[in-house]
Amino acid sequence: MLAKAENGTPASQSGLMSRALEKKSILLDHLSWGARLGLVGLAIFAGAALFAPWVAPYGPVEIVGEVWEPMSAQFWLGTDQLGRDLLTRLIYGARNTFFVAGAATLISFFMGSFFGFLAAVQGGRVDQLLSRLNDLMMAIPTLIFALVVLSVLPSNMITLILVMGVLDSTRVFRLSRAVAVDITVLDFVEAAKLRGEKTLWIIFREILPNALTPLFAEFGLRFAFAVLFLSTLSFLGLGIQPPEADWGSIVKENKDGIVFGIPAALIPAAAIAILTISINLVVDSILSRTTSLKGGRG
Amino acid sequence: MSQQMQTATDNNNTLSDTPLLDVKDLRIGANIAFPGEESHHMVIVDKISFTLQKGHVLGLIGESGAGKSTIGLSAMAYGRGGCEITGGEVRLNGEDILSFSHQQVRQVRGVKVAYVAQSAAASFNPAHRLGDQVIESALEHGLMSRAEATAFADELFAKLGLPEPEIFGRRYPHQVSGGQLQRAMTAMALCSKPDLIVFDEPTTALDVTTQIDVLAAIKHAIHETHTAALYITHDLAVVAQISDEIMVLKNGKTVEYGTTDQIINNPQQAYTKDLVTAQSIQKPEAASPNQPPLLSVDNISAAYDGANLILKDVSLHLHAGQTLAIVGESGSGKSTLARVITGLLPPLQGQVKFGEAPLPAALKKRNKEQLRRLQMIYQMADVAMNPRQTIGQIIGRPLEFYFGIRGQEKRRKVIELLDQIELGEKFIDRYPAELSGGQKQRVCIARALAAKPDLIICDEVTSALDPLVADEILKLLLQLQEKHQVAYLFITHDIATVRAISDSIAVMYQGKLVRFGSRSKVLSPPYDDYTDLLLSSVPEMKLDWLDKVLSTRKMQSAGN
Repeated sequence: MLAKAENGTPASQSGLMSRALEKKSILLDHLSWGARLGLVGLAIFAGAALFAPWVAPYGPVEIVGEVWEPMSAQFWLGTDQLGRDLLTRLIYGARNTFFVAGAATLISFFMGSFFGFLAAVQGGRVDQLLSRLNDLMMAIPTLIFALVVLSVLPSNMITLILVMGVLDSTRVFRLSRAVAVDITVLDFVEAAKLRGEKTLWIIFREILPNALTPLFAEFGLRFAFAVLFLSTLSFLGLGIQPPEADWGSIVKENKDGIVFGIPAALIPAAAIAILTISINLVVDSILSRTTSLKGGRG
Repeated sequence: MSQQMQTATDNNNTLSDTPLLDVKDLRIGANIAFPGEESHHMVIVDKISFTLQKGHVLGLIGESGAGKSTIGLSAMAYGRGGCEITGGEVRLNGEDILSFSHQQVRQVRGVKVAYVAQSAAASFNPAHRLGDQVIESALEHGLMSRAEATAFADELFAKLGLPEPEIFGRRYPHQVSGGQLQRAMTAMALCSKPDLIVFDEPTTALDVTTQIDVLAAIKHAIHETHTAALYITHDLAVVAQISDEIMVLKNGKTVEYGTTDQIINNPQQAYTKDLVTAQSIQKPEAASPNQPPLLSVDNISAAYDGANLILKDVSLHLHAGQTLAIVGESGSGKSTLARVITGLLPPLQGQVKFGEAPLPAALKKRNKEQLRRLQMIYQMADVAMNPRQTIGQIIGRPLEFYFGIRGQEKRRKVIELLDQIELGEKFIDRYPAELSGGQKQRVCIARALAAKPDLIICDEVTSALDPLVADEILKLLLQLQEKHQVAYLFITHDIATVRAISDSIAVMYQGKLVRFGSRSKVLSPPYDDYTDLLLSSVPEMKLDWLDKVLSTRKMQSAGN
């Protein structure tokens, strides 16, 4: 690009380009080192998930070596309990982990925050009804609830996502209702009501922008929990069904190896940890931008 | 000015050789860093000098941001939230307390210098009894035994005119009124027998009728105990009652410094003169026309829980294009009346008529047109605007909502409105956080105006503003009234404002309407007892106002 500019590209164009570059660098300047690190981590994982068939050295269910081979030039992370390449399993597992946990978290946030805001804005009977229903859901231990529902319903990925999303939305409901209750008592919400605005407008235009900060913070955390919950379900045999895998089920498949001093189970666990930390680093930096009431300008 | 200062100090020097507090060339600054910007140094207090003798009171006066509180706290060698004392000296009894170590400073704070904060309600710990909190600093510093301290506190409660002083200390903060709490805080400051007390706007949050009692109590207590005091306030009339000398501050600099008599009766600087004659607006009273009123409130009774009546049989009316002021202290039901009129609180009895037709009691039953014609402006402009919307969005929404105006046309109209409130086009893309208090209130006015209403309810719109800024807002409101023929229902506790802008006045007390009529009728004698109390409680720019009023008023205020 630089060489091109030297080779007689019109001055105006190179000026434009450098200005665009400048703009980009300003955007990057705002990000902390932690956030950049998190972004790099996320990009690597997302890239791996997206381009799994091209980056993975072997097929996902191909048995390529001995059981639990150590790390080597041939198998970078060793092999698993059946002799499949662990790196390949991880890369394909990232697809499921990302997709299921991500979709479930999104559903839980859309549902939870919508009903939470609705309860806060409407108050009275609507609030009571929604809140008590929510309490009822939360009174049943999530895991047991999920196990019962999943064993009744056909086990496919969509059911899994829906069940996880709905169960998790109870937590989001509580948070968003608590946040919104504080906002609805402010005068600008009353002003909107006096103007005659509809409930939906109040929820999406007046309350949502002011509740985004705590919701973003919670999103990072909830996504991490969703990954763990999916792992738990897979561990118990109701999540992702073999031979498909997610990181949680890889931990489960290889857990027996720990007794023999084989680290195969720890590697997907570390991947979960790194993913969680990366997400939270990025979310934290988004937070510091959205907490400014000047629309993100200094 | 410097001559005045000289005479003030000369007078003091004849009384005693070392002044109690001697501040020389005090400079206080703070490092301000907005995210994403280089931090820069801001000077908050610039070269302030004054002396204070034992038993004297110095009033520090100025609008918000003038550095009053910062100077007051420097007498305790304290810099609030990142403030740094960068130069000058503060001598207490001849010792430079700015050079003190942490340990030495502890021996000054709460022992030699005590502090009375503006919001007593926020400054007391709600979980402990008042008595224990009042004597805490005396015990902590080992100045007296518990028995002595308790006895002394009871004595102070009596001195400050608190009811049942022997058992007052056993109450919790939520069990006493705001005025009593403020006096308890003064007792707390006096309890360790300090040489100097810093009063930071002690009466600003109180009603006028309560303020007068607290003021009298403070004055009495200072006099009795021979304690010196720094009295910080933005109300010149208040400080004139208490202090011996006054320093007028603006943007961290001294504007004028002299005896109280000189500042009030013979101000030298233009800014001081403005403060002394703050109320310059005088709208002529409009006659009551022969047509039916725009708004009439008929026999309204209302309650929040269905049983305890907040409004009792209130009836009043307001003509188109005129201003009705509703006055009364907090708890008198003024704002509740506004909630009834806007439909937020359906009344138990009575009805509200707007124009010819009665308004549906509940907000949800009103149609768009009825909502449009009745707009509201709030006391706290900060929370009355969504902090995440730009000014353009805030003002543009009613245009879009009521008239369906969009795009370029909307932008043009918003700019027109911004011009009317004297802000201009450059504000259109700003966020509320980027505006000053007065500018925010202007935007709220523009938002109300955008709906082209017949009536605007103004709920204490100027009480959160500095006096000179409040004046500007009132002027703007009057201009707009003339231009658009809009009627105002003006809720306030400030009699000066009422005198300035109203056509008719309604006086409310404990949910009842005690007096209603045209301005000239309401403000001329004979008064009923409450109106007399209310009118006489408004501080006047006279030195002996407080003593005179206390000896002549007809009834005690409610907080007593």
